[in-house]
Amino acid sequence: MKATSLGQSKRTSTFLTYFFLILGSVVMIFPFVWMVLTSSKTVSESMQIPPSIFPAQLILDNFVEAVKSLPFLNMYINTGLMILFRVVCAVAFSSMAGYAFAKLKFKGKNLLFSIVLVQMMLPSQIFIIPQYQMVAKLGMANTIFALVFPGIVSAFGTFFLRQAYMGIPNEIGEAAYLDGCNQWQTFTKIMFPLTSSSVAALCVFTAVFAYSDLMWPLVVNSDLNMMTLSSGLATLRGQFSTNFPVLMAGSLLAMLPMVVLYMFFQRQFIEGVAMTGGK
Amino acid sequence: MRKKAIRLSAAARREQNWGWFMVGPTIAGLLILNVWPFIQTLYASFCEHLGFGHYKFIGFENYVNMFQDPDFWKATWNTAYFCILTVPVGLFLSLLVAILLNAKIKGKGFFRSVFFLPMICAPAAVTMVWRWIFNSEYGILNQIFGTHISWITDSKVVMIACAIVAIWSAIGYDAVLLLAGLQNISKSYYEAASIDGAGKVTQFFRITLPMVSPTLFVVLIMRLMASMKVYDLIYMMVEDTNPALTSVQSLMYLFYRESFVAGSRGYGSAIVIWTVLLIGIVTIIQFVGQKKWVNYEI
Repeated sequence: MKATSLGQSKRTSTFLTYFFLILGSVVMIFPFVWMVLTSSKTVSESMQIPPSIFPAQLILDNFVEAVKSLPFLNMYINTGLMILFRVVCAVAFSSMAGYAFAKLKFKGKNLLFSIVLVQMMLPSQIFIIPQYQMVAKLGMANTIFALVFPGIVSAFGTFFLRQAYMGIPNEIGEAAYLDGCNQWQTFTKIMFPLTSSSVAALCVFTAVFAYSDLMWPLVVNSDLNMMTLSSGLATLRGQFSTNFPVLMAGSLLAMLPMVVLYMFFQRQFIEGVAMTGGK
Repeated sequence: MRKKAIRLSAAARREQNWGWFMVGPTIAGLLILNVWPFIQTLYASFCEHLGFGHYKFIGFENYVNMFQDPDFWKATWNTAYFCILTVPVGLFLSLLVAILLNAKIKGKGFFRSVFFLPMICAPAAVTMVWRWIFNSEYGILNQIFGTHISWITDSKVVMIACAIVAIWSAIGYDAVLLLAGLQNISKSYYEAASIDGAGKVTQFFRITLPMVSPTLFVVLIMRLMASMKVYDLIYMMVEDTNPALTSVQSLMYLFYRESFVAGSRGYGSAIVIWTVLLIGIVTIIQFVGQKKWVNYEI
Protein backbone atom coordinates (compact mmCIF):
# COMPACT_ATOMS: atom_id res chain seq x y z
CA MET A 1 0.00 0.00 0.00
CA LYS A 2 2.70 2.39 1.04
CA ALA A 3 4.92 1.37 -1.85
CA THR A 4 2.27 2.29 -4.43
CA SER A 5 1.62 5.70 -2.92
CA LEU A 6 5.35 6.34 -2.88
CA GLY A 7 5.59 5.29 -6.52
CA GLN A 8 2.67 7.53 -7.32
CA SER A 9 4.17 10.59 -5.65
CA LYS A 10 7.39 9.92 -7.51
CA ARG A 11 5.49 9.73 -10.79
CA THR A 12 3.68 13.00 -9.97
CA SER A 13 6.96 14.77 -9.25
CA THR A 14 8.52 13.44 -12.46
CA PHE A 15 5.45 14.61 -14.35
CA LEU A 16 5.66 18.07 -12.77
CA THR A 17 9.38 18.28 -13.53
CA TYR A 18 8.79 17.58 -17.20
CA PHE A 19 5.78 19.87 -17.27
CA PHE A 20 7.68 22.88 -15.96
CA LEU A 21 10.77 22.17 -18.05
CA ILE A 22 8.73 21.91 -21.24
CA LEU A 23 6.74 25.03 -20.35
CA GLY A 24 9.98 26.89 -19.66
CA SER A 25 11.53 25.65 -22.90
CA VAL A 26 8.54 26.91 -24.87
CA VAL A 27 8.98 30.37 -23.32
CA MET A 28 12.70 30.28 -24.11
CA ILE A 29 12.30 29.08 -27.69
CA PHE A 30 9.23 31.07 -28.67
CA PRO A 31 10.99 34.38 -29.46
CA PHE A 32 13.37 32.56 -31.81
CA VAL A 33 10.53 30.72 -33.55
CA TRP A 34 8.62 33.96 -33.87
CA MET A 35 11.70 35.62 -35.33
CA VAL A 36 12.02 32.91 -38.00
CA LEU A 37 8.31 32.97 -38.84
CA THR A 38 8.14 36.76 -39.07
CA SER A 39 11.25 36.97 -41.24
CA SER A 40 9.34 35.28 -44.06
CA LYS A 41 6.21 37.41 -43.90
CA THR A 42 5.32 40.47 -45.89
CA VAL A 43 4.83 43.67 -43.92
CA SER A 44 1.05 43.58 -44.32
CA GLU A 45 1.01 39.92 -43.33
CA SER A 46 2.95 40.70 -40.18
CA MET A 47 0.37 43.34 -39.26
CA GLN A 48 -2.71 41.20 -39.67
CA ILE A 49 -5.29 41.14 -36.90
CA PRO A 50 -5.82 38.46 -35.75
CA PRO A 51 -2.19 37.54 -36.38
CA SER A 52 -1.24 34.85 -38.85
CA ILE A 53 1.07 32.29 -37.28
CA PHE A 54 2.69 30.89 -40.38
CA PRO A 55 3.79 32.95 -43.38
CA ALA A 56 1.66 32.37 -46.50
CA GLN A 57 4.75 31.37 -48.41
CA LEU A 58 8.48 31.22 -47.79
CA ILE A 59 9.95 34.41 -49.15
CA LEU A 60 13.51 35.63 -48.98
CA ASP A 61 12.70 39.26 -49.86
CA ASN A 62 13.26 40.43 -46.30
CA PHE A 63 16.71 38.90 -46.22
CA VAL A 64 17.53 40.53 -49.54
CA GLU A 65 16.29 43.84 -48.17
CA ALA A 66 18.36 43.47 -44.99
CA VAL A 67 21.51 42.60 -46.93
CA LYS A 68 20.91 45.56 -49.27
CA SER A 69 20.64 48.07 -46.44
CA LEU A 70 23.48 46.72 -44.32
CA PRO A 71 26.90 45.44 -45.45
CA PHE A 72 26.43 42.05 -43.83
CA LEU A 73 29.50 40.53 -45.47
CA ASN A 74 31.70 43.26 -43.96
CA MET A 75 29.98 42.87 -40.62
CA TYR A 76 30.66 39.13 -40.60
CA ILE A 77 34.30 39.70 -41.48
CA ASN A 78 34.73 42.51 -38.92
CA THR A 79 33.11 40.50 -36.16
CA GLY A 80 35.06 37.37 -37.10
CA LEU A 81 38.41 39.17 -37.16
CA MET A 82 37.69 41.00 -33.93
CA ILE A 83 36.87 37.70 -32.22
CA LEU A 84 39.88 35.93 -33.75
CA PHE A 85 42.41 38.56 -32.67
CA ARG A 86 40.90 38.98 -29.23
CA VAL A 87 40.90 35.22 -28.64
CA VAL A 88 44.47 34.75 -29.86
CA CYS A 89 45.76 37.69 -27.78
CA ALA A 90 43.83 36.68 -24.68
CA VAL A 91 45.04 33.08 -24.86
CA ALA A 92 48.68 33.89 -25.63
CA PHE A 93 49.24 36.73 -23.16
CA SER A 94 47.00 35.37 -20.42
CA SER A 95 48.61 31.93 -20.58
CA MET A 96 52.06 33.44 -20.21
CA ALA A 97 51.07 35.74 -17.39
CA GLY A 98 48.89 33.13 -15.69
CA TYR A 99 51.76 30.65 -15.72
CA ALA A 100 54.23 33.18 -14.33
CA PHE A 101 51.86 34.32 -11.58
CA ALA A 102 51.11 30.74 -10.57
CA LYS A 103 54.50 29.05 -10.87
CA LEU A 104 57.39 31.51 -10.94
CA LYS A 105 58.98 33.54 -8.19
CA PHE A 106 59.81 37.12 -9.09
CA LYS A 107 59.99 40.47 -7.37
CA GLY A 108 56.82 42.59 -7.43
CA LYS A 109 54.59 39.61 -8.17
CA ASN A 110 51.90 40.53 -5.64
CA LEU A 111 51.83 44.18 -6.64
CA LEU A 112 51.55 43.30 -10.33
CA PHE A 113 48.84 40.75 -9.63
CA SER A 114 46.85 43.32 -7.70
CA ILE A 115 46.65 45.38 -10.92
CA VAL A 116 45.01 42.36 -12.54
CA LEU A 117 42.51 42.02 -9.70
CA VAL A 118 41.58 45.71 -9.63
CA GLN A 119 40.99 45.77 -13.38
CA MET A 120 38.68 42.77 -13.05
CA MET A 121 36.58 44.51 -10.45
CA LEU A 122 36.07 47.76 -12.35
CA PRO A 123 33.35 47.95 -15.01
CA SER A 124 34.74 48.41 -18.52
CA GLN A 125 32.84 51.68 -19.03
CA ILE A 126 35.24 53.49 -16.71
CA PHE A 127 38.00 53.02 -19.31
CA ILE A 128 35.97 53.65 -22.41
CA ILE A 129 36.35 57.43 -22.93
CA PRO A 130 40.17 57.47 -22.62
CA GLN A 131 40.43 54.29 -24.68
CA TYR A 132 38.38 55.94 -27.39
CA GLN A 133 40.57 59.05 -27.25
CA MET A 134 43.70 56.91 -27.66
CA VAL A 135 42.28 55.17 -30.70
CA ALA A 136 41.20 58.50 -32.16
CA LYS A 137 44.62 60.06 -31.51
CA LEU A 138 46.32 57.16 -33.26
CA GLY A 139 44.01 57.81 -36.20
CA MET A 140 42.80 54.26 -35.86
CA ALA A 141 39.06 54.80 -35.52
CA ASN A 142 37.02 52.74 -37.98
CA THR A 143 39.54 49.91 -38.18
CA ILE A 144 39.70 46.28 -37.04
CA PHE A 145 42.47 47.36 -34.66
CA ALA A 146 40.01 49.68 -32.92
CA LEU A 147 37.59 46.81 -32.39
CA VAL A 148 40.29 44.59 -30.91
CA PHE A 149 42.00 47.33 -28.87
CA PRO A 150 40.41 47.00 -25.38
CA GLY A 151 40.70 43.20 -25.60
CA ILE A 152 44.41 42.94 -26.43
CA VAL A 153 45.11 41.81 -22.88
CA SER A 154 42.66 40.17 -20.55
CA ALA A 155 42.82 40.59 -16.79
CA PHE A 156 40.07 38.06 -16.40
CA GLY A 157 41.89 35.55 -18.64
CA THR A 158 45.07 36.01 -16.60
CA PHE A 159 43.22 35.42 -13.36
CA PHE A 160 41.36 32.44 -14.77
CA LEU A 161 44.41 30.71 -16.27
CA ARG A 162 46.47 31.42 -13.16
CA GLN A 163 43.94 29.29 -11.32
CA ALA A 164 44.30 26.55 -13.94
CA TYR A 165 48.10 26.53 -13.52
CA MET A 166 47.80 26.54 -9.73
CA GLY A 167 45.85 23.29 -10.06
CA ILE A 168 48.83 21.58 -11.71
CA PRO A 169 51.25 20.02 -9.19
CA ASN A 170 54.67 21.70 -8.99
CA GLU A 171 56.39 18.33 -9.37
CA ILE A 172 55.46 18.19 -13.05
CA GLY A 173 57.27 21.41 -13.80
CA GLU A 174 60.23 20.40 -11.64
CA ALA A 175 60.52 17.05 -13.42
CA ALA A 176 60.58 18.80 -16.78
CA TYR A 177 63.20 21.23 -15.45
CA LEU A 178 65.40 18.36 -14.26
CA ASP A 179 65.02 16.73 -17.66
CA GLY A 180 66.68 19.78 -19.12
CA CYS A 181 63.76 21.96 -20.22
CA ASN A 182 64.24 25.66 -19.64
CA GLN A 183 61.36 27.77 -18.29
CA TRP A 184 59.99 28.54 -21.72
CA GLN A 185 60.07 24.91 -22.84
CA THR A 186 58.50 23.76 -19.60
CA PHE A 187 55.73 26.26 -20.18
CA THR A 188 55.05 25.62 -23.86
CA LYS A 189 55.69 21.87 -24.05
CA ILE A 190 54.51 20.61 -20.67
CA MET A 191 52.32 23.07 -18.79
CA PHE A 192 50.34 24.85 -21.51
CA PRO A 193 48.90 21.62 -23.01
CA LEU A 194 47.70 20.61 -19.55
CA THR A 195 45.41 23.65 -19.38
CA SER A 196 43.62 22.94 -22.66
CA SER A 197 40.12 22.69 -21.15
CA SER A 198 40.56 26.03 -19.39
CA VAL A 199 41.95 27.59 -22.55
CA ALA A 200 38.93 26.32 -24.48
CA ALA A 201 36.66 27.86 -21.86
CA LEU A 202 38.49 31.17 -22.12
CA CYS A 203 38.16 31.10 -25.93
CA VAL A 204 34.40 30.59 -25.69
CA PHE A 205 34.04 33.27 -23.05
CA THR A 206 36.13 35.81 -24.97
CA ALA A 207 34.29 35.10 -28.22
CA VAL A 208 30.79 35.38 -26.76
CA PHE A 209 31.70 38.51 -24.85
CA ALA A 210 33.25 40.23 -27.89
CA TYR A 211 30.34 39.22 -30.11
CA SER A 212 27.74 40.60 -27.68
CA ASP A 213 29.54 43.84 -26.87
CA LEU A 214 27.63 46.85 -28.11
CA MET A 215 28.92 50.08 -26.59
CA TRP A 216 32.56 49.89 -27.69
CA PRO A 217 31.92 49.07 -31.39
CA LEU A 218 29.21 51.75 -31.51
CA VAL A 219 31.59 54.34 -30.09
CA VAL A 220 34.72 53.52 -32.00
CA ASN A 221 33.55 52.45 -35.46
CA SER A 222 30.88 54.75 -36.83
CA ASP A 223 31.51 53.81 -40.47
CA LEU A 224 28.84 51.32 -41.50
CA ASN A 225 31.38 49.17 -43.34
CA MET A 226 33.48 48.78 -40.20
CA MET A 227 30.67 47.84 -37.83
CA THR A 228 30.22 44.56 -36.02
CA LEU A 229 27.02 42.53 -36.25
CA SER A 230 25.79 43.99 -32.95
CA SER A 231 26.39 47.63 -33.74
CA GLY A 232 25.17 47.17 -37.30
CA LEU A 233 21.88 45.83 -36.03
CA ALA A 234 21.48 48.89 -33.85
CA THR A 235 21.70 50.95 -37.03
CA LEU A 236 19.19 48.76 -38.84
CA ARG A 237 16.72 49.41 -36.02
CA GLY A 238 16.72 53.10 -36.86
CA GLN A 239 16.27 52.50 -40.60
CA PHE A 240 13.32 50.12 -40.44
CA SER A 241 11.56 51.13 -37.26
CA THR A 242 8.26 49.53 -38.24
CA ASN A 243 9.28 47.01 -40.87
CA PHE A 244 9.59 44.10 -38.50
CA PRO A 245 10.00 41.34 -41.09
CA VAL A 246 13.21 43.01 -42.33
CA LEU A 247 14.39 43.60 -38.77
CA MET A 248 13.77 39.93 -37.97
CA ALA A 249 15.62 38.82 -41.09
CA GLY A 250 18.57 41.04 -40.15
CA SER A 251 18.63 39.78 -36.57
CA LEU A 252 18.48 36.21 -37.80
CA LEU A 253 21.45 36.81 -40.11
CA ALA A 254 23.39 38.35 -37.24
CA MET A 255 22.63 35.45 -34.89
CA LEU A 256 23.19 32.63 -37.35
CA PRO A 257 26.97 32.09 -37.12
CA MET A 258 26.97 31.90 -33.33
CA VAL A 259 23.89 29.68 -33.21
CA VAL A 260 25.41 27.25 -35.74
CA LEU A 261 28.64 27.11 -33.71
CA TYR A 262 26.57 26.57 -30.60
CA MET A 263 24.72 23.65 -32.14
CA PHE A 264 27.98 21.84 -32.83
CA PHE A 265 29.79 22.75 -29.62
CA GLN A 266 26.99 22.96 -27.06
CA ARG A 267 28.91 21.21 -24.33
CA GLN A 268 32.05 23.31 -24.77
CA PHE A 269 29.97 26.49 -24.79
CA ILE A 270 27.98 25.69 -21.67
CA GLU A 271 30.84 24.18 -19.72
CA GLY A 272 33.14 26.96 -20.84
CA VAL A 273 30.81 29.62 -19.59
CA ALA A 274 30.06 27.66 -16.43
CA MET A 275 33.79 27.34 -15.74
CA THR A 276 34.38 31.03 -16.24
CA GLY A 277 31.36 31.85 -14.07
CA GLY A 278 31.89 34.61 -11.62
CA LYS A 279 32.59 37.20 -14.26
CA MET B 1 78.32 24.70 -0.25
CA ARG B 2 79.09 28.24 -1.17
CA LYS B 3 79.30 27.34 -4.81
CA LYS B 4 75.86 25.73 -4.70
CA ALA B 5 74.29 28.83 -3.17
CA ILE B 6 75.63 30.97 -5.99
CA ARG B 7 74.34 28.55 -8.61
CA LEU B 8 70.91 28.51 -7.02
CA SER B 9 70.72 32.26 -6.99
CA ALA B 10 71.67 32.32 -10.64
CA ALA B 11 68.78 29.95 -11.34
CA ALA B 12 66.52 32.09 -9.19
CA ARG B 13 67.57 35.17 -11.11
CA ARG B 14 66.82 33.41 -14.37
CA GLU B 15 63.41 32.45 -13.01
CA GLN B 16 62.78 36.04 -12.02
CA ASN B 17 63.67 37.28 -15.50
CA TRP B 18 61.34 34.73 -17.05
CA GLY B 19 58.61 35.84 -14.65
CA TRP B 20 58.95 39.48 -15.66
CA PHE B 21 59.17 38.58 -19.32
CA MET B 22 56.03 36.46 -19.19
CA VAL B 23 53.84 38.91 -17.30
CA GLY B 24 55.31 41.79 -19.33
CA PRO B 25 52.80 42.00 -22.18
CA THR B 26 49.80 41.67 -19.89
CA ILE B 27 51.06 44.22 -17.39
CA ALA B 28 52.06 46.68 -20.11
CA GLY B 29 48.65 46.24 -21.71
CA LEU B 30 46.82 46.75 -18.44
CA LEU B 31 48.84 49.88 -17.66
CA ILE B 32 48.09 51.42 -21.06
CA LEU B 33 44.54 50.17 -21.49
CA ASN B 34 43.22 50.29 -17.96
CA VAL B 35 45.36 51.95 -15.28
CA TRP B 36 46.11 55.11 -17.25
CA PRO B 37 42.53 55.41 -18.60
CA PHE B 38 41.21 54.98 -15.07
CA ILE B 39 43.32 57.91 -13.88
CA GLN B 40 42.24 59.94 -16.89
CA THR B 41 38.56 59.26 -16.27
CA LEU B 42 38.95 60.23 -12.63
CA TYR B 43 40.67 63.47 -13.66
CA ALA B 44 38.20 64.15 -16.47
CA SER B 45 35.33 63.98 -14.00
CA PHE B 46 36.71 67.23 -12.55
CA CYS B 47 37.07 68.82 -15.98
CA GLU B 48 35.09 70.34 -18.76
CA HIS B 49 35.60 68.76 -22.15
CA LEU B 50 36.53 71.43 -24.67
CA GLY B 51 36.42 69.08 -27.64
CA PHE B 52 39.00 66.90 -29.40
CA GLY B 53 40.23 65.41 -26.13
CA HIS B 54 41.15 68.74 -24.51
CA TYR B 55 40.06 69.31 -20.93
CA LYS B 56 39.86 72.28 -18.55
CA PHE B 57 39.92 71.73 -14.78
CA ILE B 58 36.72 72.97 -13.14
CA GLY B 59 36.76 71.30 -9.73
CA PHE B 60 33.56 69.75 -8.45
CA GLU B 61 31.29 71.47 -10.95
CA ASN B 62 30.36 68.25 -12.80
CA TYR B 63 29.40 66.58 -9.56
CA VAL B 64 27.43 69.60 -8.38
CA ASN B 65 25.58 69.73 -11.69
CA MET B 66 25.04 66.01 -11.58
CA PHE B 67 23.48 66.05 -8.12
CA GLN B 68 21.14 68.85 -9.23
CA ASP B 69 20.11 67.09 -12.42
CA PRO B 70 16.71 65.35 -12.15
CA ASP B 71 17.61 63.15 -15.15
CA PHE B 72 20.61 61.86 -13.25
CA TRP B 73 18.57 60.97 -10.16
CA LYS B 74 15.95 59.39 -12.37
CA ALA B 75 18.66 57.29 -14.05
CA THR B 76 20.01 56.23 -10.66
CA TRP B 77 16.53 55.22 -9.57
CA ASN B 78 15.90 53.45 -12.88
CA THR B 79 19.08 51.43 -12.41
CA ALA B 80 18.04 50.48 -8.88
CA TYR B 81 14.51 49.69 -10.05
CA PHE B 82 15.89 47.49 -12.83
CA CYS B 83 17.92 45.55 -10.23
CA ILE B 84 14.89 45.21 -7.94
CA LEU B 85 12.74 43.90 -10.79
CA THR B 86 15.27 41.51 -12.30
CA VAL B 87 17.62 40.15 -9.64
CA PRO B 88 15.29 38.47 -7.10
CA VAL B 89 12.88 37.05 -9.69
CA GLY B 90 15.73 36.02 -11.97
CA LEU B 91 17.58 34.28 -9.14
CA PHE B 92 14.45 32.47 -8.01
CA LEU B 93 13.62 31.23 -11.50
CA SER B 94 17.23 30.22 -12.19
CA LEU B 95 17.33 28.19 -9.00
CA LEU B 96 14.04 26.56 -9.94
CA VAL B 97 15.35 25.65 -13.40
CA ALA B 98 18.60 24.34 -11.88
CA ILE B 99 16.67 22.14 -9.45
CA LEU B 100 14.47 20.80 -12.24
CA LEU B 101 17.55 20.08 -14.36
CA ASN B 102 19.17 18.30 -11.43
CA ALA B 103 16.32 15.76 -11.23
CA LYS B 104 16.62 12.31 -12.81
CA ILE B 105 15.11 13.07 -16.20
CA LYS B 106 15.68 12.29 -19.83
CA GLY B 107 16.82 15.00 -22.22
CA LYS B 108 18.68 16.94 -19.55
CA GLY B 109 21.28 18.12 -22.07
CA PHE B 110 18.59 19.29 -24.46
CA PHE B 111 16.78 21.36 -21.84
CA ARG B 112 20.02 22.82 -20.61
CA SER B 113 20.96 23.91 -24.14
CA VAL B 114 17.55 25.48 -24.69
CA PHE B 115 17.65 27.54 -21.51
CA PHE B 116 21.19 28.60 -22.25
CA LEU B 117 20.49 29.70 -25.83
CA PRO B 118 19.89 33.46 -25.21
CA MET B 119 23.34 33.71 -23.64
CA ILE B 120 25.13 33.13 -26.94
CA CYS B 121 22.90 35.48 -28.93
CA ALA B 122 23.92 39.11 -29.04
CA PRO B 123 21.57 41.26 -26.94
CA ALA B 124 21.17 43.48 -30.00
CA ALA B 125 19.59 40.64 -31.99
CA VAL B 126 17.53 39.18 -29.17
CA THR B 127 16.07 42.51 -28.12
CA MET B 128 14.90 43.15 -31.66
CA VAL B 129 12.46 40.24 -31.57
CA TRP B 130 11.24 41.25 -28.13
CA ARG B 131 10.45 44.72 -29.45
CA TRP B 132 8.32 43.00 -32.04
CA ILE B 133 6.64 40.74 -29.48
CA PHE B 134 5.94 43.77 -27.28
CA ASN B 135 4.74 45.97 -30.17
CA SER B 136 1.60 47.72 -28.98
CA GLU B 137 -0.47 47.44 -32.17
CA TYR B 138 0.60 44.23 -33.83
CA GLY B 139 2.73 42.53 -31.18
CA ILE B 140 1.84 38.93 -30.45
CA LEU B 141 1.75 39.48 -26.69
CA ASN B 142 -1.11 41.97 -26.76
CA GLN B 143 -2.87 39.82 -29.37
CA ILE B 144 -2.73 36.69 -27.23
CA PHE B 145 -3.96 38.38 -24.07
CA GLY B 146 -6.32 40.78 -25.83
CA THR B 147 -4.66 43.75 -24.11
CA HIS B 148 -3.68 47.13 -25.50
CA ILE B 149 -0.60 47.85 -23.43
CA SER B 150 2.05 50.12 -24.98
CA TRP B 151 4.90 48.03 -23.61
CA ILE B 152 7.67 50.08 -25.21
CA THR B 153 6.29 53.61 -25.07
CA ASP B 154 4.24 53.74 -21.87
CA SER B 155 6.51 55.13 -19.17
CA LYS B 156 4.79 53.01 -16.51
CA VAL B 157 5.36 49.60 -18.08
CA VAL B 158 8.47 50.02 -20.23
CA MET B 159 10.79 49.01 -17.39
CA ILE B 160 8.77 45.85 -16.81
CA ALA B 161 9.18 44.95 -20.48
CA CYS B 162 12.95 45.46 -20.20
CA ALA B 163 13.03 43.40 -17.00
CA ILE B 164 11.24 40.51 -18.70
CA VAL B 165 13.82 40.47 -21.49
CA ALA B 166 16.68 40.70 -18.97
CA ILE B 167 15.37 37.80 -16.88
CA TRP B 168 14.69 35.70 -19.97
CA SER B 169 18.24 36.33 -21.21
CA ALA B 170 20.03 35.49 -17.98
CA ILE B 171 18.07 32.52 -16.63
CA GLY B 172 20.01 29.83 -18.50
CA TYR B 173 23.42 31.21 -17.59
CA ASP B 174 22.61 31.53 -13.90
CA ALA B 175 20.91 28.13 -13.89
CA VAL B 176 24.01 26.44 -15.34
CA LEU B 177 26.15 27.96 -12.58
CA LEU B 178 23.66 26.95 -9.89
CA LEU B 179 23.34 23.46 -11.37
CA ALA B 180 27.09 22.99 -10.93
CA GLY B 181 26.62 23.96 -7.27
CA LEU B 182 23.72 21.53 -6.85
CA GLN B 183 25.69 18.66 -8.38
CA ASN B 184 28.38 19.09 -5.75
CA ILE B 185 25.94 18.18 -2.97
CA SER B 186 26.56 14.60 -1.93
CA LYS B 187 23.58 12.26 -2.36
CA SER B 188 24.27 10.77 1.05
CA TYR B 189 22.79 13.83 2.79
CA TYR B 190 19.46 13.26 1.09
CA GLU B 191 19.54 9.53 1.82
CA ALA B 192 20.23 10.15 5.48
CA ALA B 193 17.50 12.79 5.61
CA SER B 194 14.86 10.56 4.02
CA ILE B 195 15.75 7.72 6.42
CA ASP B 196 15.13 10.21 9.22
CA GLY B 197 11.75 10.90 7.64
CA ALA B 198 12.40 14.41 6.31
CA GLY B 199 10.04 15.38 3.49
CA LYS B 200 11.05 17.03 0.20
CA VAL B 201 10.31 20.53 1.48
CA THR B 202 12.35 20.04 4.65
CA GLN B 203 15.17 18.58 2.58
CA PHE B 204 15.14 21.65 0.33
CA PHE B 205 15.36 24.15 3.18
CA ARG B 206 17.70 22.12 5.39
CA ILE B 207 20.04 20.61 2.80
CA THR B 208 19.74 22.07 -0.69
CA LEU B 209 19.49 25.75 0.16
CA PRO B 210 22.32 25.91 2.72
CA MET B 211 24.58 23.73 0.57
CA VAL B 212 24.03 25.78 -2.59
CA SER B 213 24.22 29.13 -0.80
CA PRO B 214 27.89 29.83 -1.70
CA THR B 215 27.08 29.40 -5.41
CA LEU B 216 23.92 31.44 -4.97
CA PHE B 217 26.00 34.21 -3.45
CA VAL B 218 28.44 34.24 -6.38
CA VAL B 219 25.55 34.38 -8.85
CA LEU B 220 23.87 37.16 -6.85
CA ILE B 221 27.01 39.32 -6.78
CA MET B 222 27.63 38.76 -10.48
CA ARG B 223 24.04 39.44 -11.47
CA LEU B 224 23.84 42.60 -9.35
CA MET B 225 27.07 43.99 -10.82
CA ALA B 226 25.89 43.25 -14.35
CA SER B 227 22.45 44.76 -13.69
CA MET B 228 23.88 47.95 -12.24
CA LYS B 229 25.77 48.59 -15.48
CA VAL B 230 22.94 47.54 -17.77
CA TYR B 231 23.05 49.37 -21.05
CA ASP B 232 22.79 47.36 -24.28
CA LEU B 233 19.41 45.82 -23.61
CA ILE B 234 17.75 49.11 -22.70
CA TYR B 235 19.51 50.90 -25.55
CA MET B 236 18.11 48.40 -28.05
CA MET B 237 14.61 48.38 -26.52
CA VAL B 238 14.21 52.14 -26.18
CA GLU B 239 15.77 54.48 -28.73
CA ASP B 240 16.53 58.07 -27.73
CA THR B 241 13.47 59.45 -29.54
CA ASN B 242 11.13 57.31 -27.44
CA PRO B 243 9.00 59.51 -25.10
CA ALA B 244 9.42 56.91 -22.34
CA LEU B 245 13.22 57.21 -22.42
CA THR B 246 13.59 59.02 -19.09
CA SER B 247 11.52 56.36 -17.34
CA VAL B 248 13.88 53.60 -18.37
CA GLN B 249 17.27 55.23 -19.00
CA SER B 250 19.90 53.55 -16.83
CA LEU B 251 23.05 55.23 -15.52
CA MET B 252 25.19 53.66 -18.25
CA TYR B 253 22.72 54.71 -20.93
CA LEU B 254 22.86 58.28 -19.60
CA PHE B 255 26.66 57.98 -19.53
CA TYR B 256 26.69 56.90 -23.18
CA ARG B 257 24.43 59.73 -24.28
CA GLU B 258 26.27 62.42 -22.31
CA SER B 259 29.75 61.23 -23.33
CA PHE B 260 29.33 60.16 -26.93
CA VAL B 261 26.14 61.80 -28.21
CA ALA B 262 26.29 65.14 -26.38
CA GLY B 263 30.09 65.10 -26.13
CA SER B 264 30.19 66.15 -22.45
CA ARG B 265 32.94 63.73 -21.54
CA GLY B 266 33.75 65.40 -18.23
CA TYR B 267 30.16 65.08 -17.09
CA GLY B 268 30.03 61.52 -18.47
CA SER B 269 33.14 60.65 -16.48
CA ALA B 270 31.47 61.92 -13.31
CA ILE B 271 28.49 59.64 -14.01
CA VAL B 272 30.68 56.60 -14.49
CA ILE B 273 32.66 57.34 -11.31
CA TRP B 274 29.37 57.61 -9.41
CA THR B 275 28.22 54.26 -10.87
CA VAL B 276 31.44 52.54 -9.86
CA LEU B 277 31.11 53.90 -6.32
CA LEU B 278 27.54 52.65 -6.21
CA ILE B 279 28.54 49.19 -7.41
CA GLY B 280 31.34 49.14 -4.83
CA ILE B 281 29.00 50.07 -1.98
CA VAL B 282 26.38 47.50 -2.98
CA THR B 283 29.05 44.80 -3.29
CA ILE B 284 30.48 45.60 0.13
CA ILE B 285 26.99 45.42 1.64
CA GLN B 286 26.54 42.02 0.01
CA PHE B 287 29.81 40.74 1.41
CA VAL B 288 28.87 41.92 4.91
CA GLY B 289 25.34 40.56 4.60
CA GLN B 290 26.46 37.15 3.35
CA LYS B 291 27.54 36.13 6.86
CA LYS B 292 23.85 35.91 7.74
CA TRP B 293 22.88 33.43 5.05
CA VAL B 294 25.81 31.90 3.20
CA ASN B 295 27.01 28.59 4.59
CA TYR B 296 30.70 27.84 4.05
CA GLU B 297 30.91 24.90 6.47
CA ILE B 298 31.31 21.32 5.24
